[in-house]
Amino acid sequence: MANTVRKSTLDRRDVIKTLLAPRGDALLVTGLGSSCYDAGTLDHPNNFYLWGGMGGAAMIGLGLAIAQPKRRVLVVTGDGEMLMGLGSLATIAAEKIRNLTIVVIDNELYSETGMQPTHTARGVDLAGMAKAAGFALTGTVTTQQDLKTWVPKLYTTPGPVLMDLKVNANRYPLSIRLRDGPHIKNRFREALLGAKAFD
Amino acid sequence: MKAAKKPAVATWPRDIYNVFKQVGIRQVAYVPDAGHTQLIKSCHADKSMRAISLTTEEEGVAMLAGSWLGGDRGALLMQSSGVGNCINMLGTIRECRFPLLALVTMRGEWGEFNPWQLPMGQGTPKALENAGVVVQRVNEHALVGETVFAAAMMAFQTNRAVAVLIGQRVVGFKDWSK
Repeated sequence: MANTVRKSTLDRRDVIKTLLAPRGDALLVTGLGSSCYDAGTLDHPNNFYLWGGMGGAAMIGLGLAIAQPKRRVLVVTGDGEMLMGLGSLATIAAEKIRNLTIVVIDNELYSETGMQPTHTARGVDLAGMAKAAGFALTGTVTTQQDLKTWVPKLYTTPGPVLMDLKVNANRYPLSIRLRDGPHIKNRFREALLGAKAFD
Repeated sequence: MKAAKKPAVATWPRDIYNVFKQVGIRQVAYVPDAGHTQLIKSCHADKSMRAISLTTEEEGVAMLAGSWLGGDRGALLMQSSGVGNCINMLGTIRECRFPLLALVTMRGEWGEFNPWQLPMGQGTPKALENAGVVVQRVNEHALVGETVFAAAMMAFQTNRAVAVLIGQRVVGFKDWSK
């Protein structure tokens, strides 16, 4: 089957800056691999990084969004990670969670394991799947202009929102040194909950 | 030895619900199991809780990591066959020392009629232990409440994953020989 989505020229390290510039008090969960490293270039105490648990990013976002209904929760993950957790699109849609946004940084590749194509390279449409599941707003973005129009919606449109953001195949050196799970967890909770984090 | 007589209507699901209230459970993730029917109903009916139906159990493991990040305590309800679906995600719980309270209704043991339930049912305790989960078993309906309470205390106060295996003897089984 021909891939009907034209190749994107967007670069993942540029788009992460555009995505997170207006984050305000939003909470961020990353998927493992490149999306974790991308967000690591813009480290913040409200970032929770996954280094494993492939397929779990969106559901961590759901649990967090339920616990923090007044905060926007942004999940930034890759296409391979999202494909491993497709069932969570159904669960999240069924919950009609208003403060959750998923951004898939979609290079159509498993870039950590040798650049093998993912199913999105063969025509699988993640935004279409999220829409069919019942997400409130979905779309596929391939240009900087479209991205700029989309970014405010990621933080304000009642969710669940999913944006499939097509990027090129550029890879970057690992940019984050924060790897210890308990530290990442405790830092996040202390920033969000204060002293209550250790009750 | 004679087991304590079972009441006509099972009271242990209500005992678990009362423990949930006592320890402040706010998010209850589940893949339905007949053994948890009454508890799931009670959780859906409680406005201070949110009960979330999952497509697969590992979603619940990830979701409860998120709930803890956000300051909510949660619990995961499943049947023993669902334990196998959770293993890799339990690695994240272990690495980050997230608390996790899992209540597993057992199949594939006491009086099981379905041979396909045995592989995962019999493998459940070892699979959980290998994934770093503290496993506590209860086979007496009268002891379910206190076992779940003790497991919740351990999970949330020591930041560990704790699973309570609720024996098939408690849940009951269908006699398919009739």
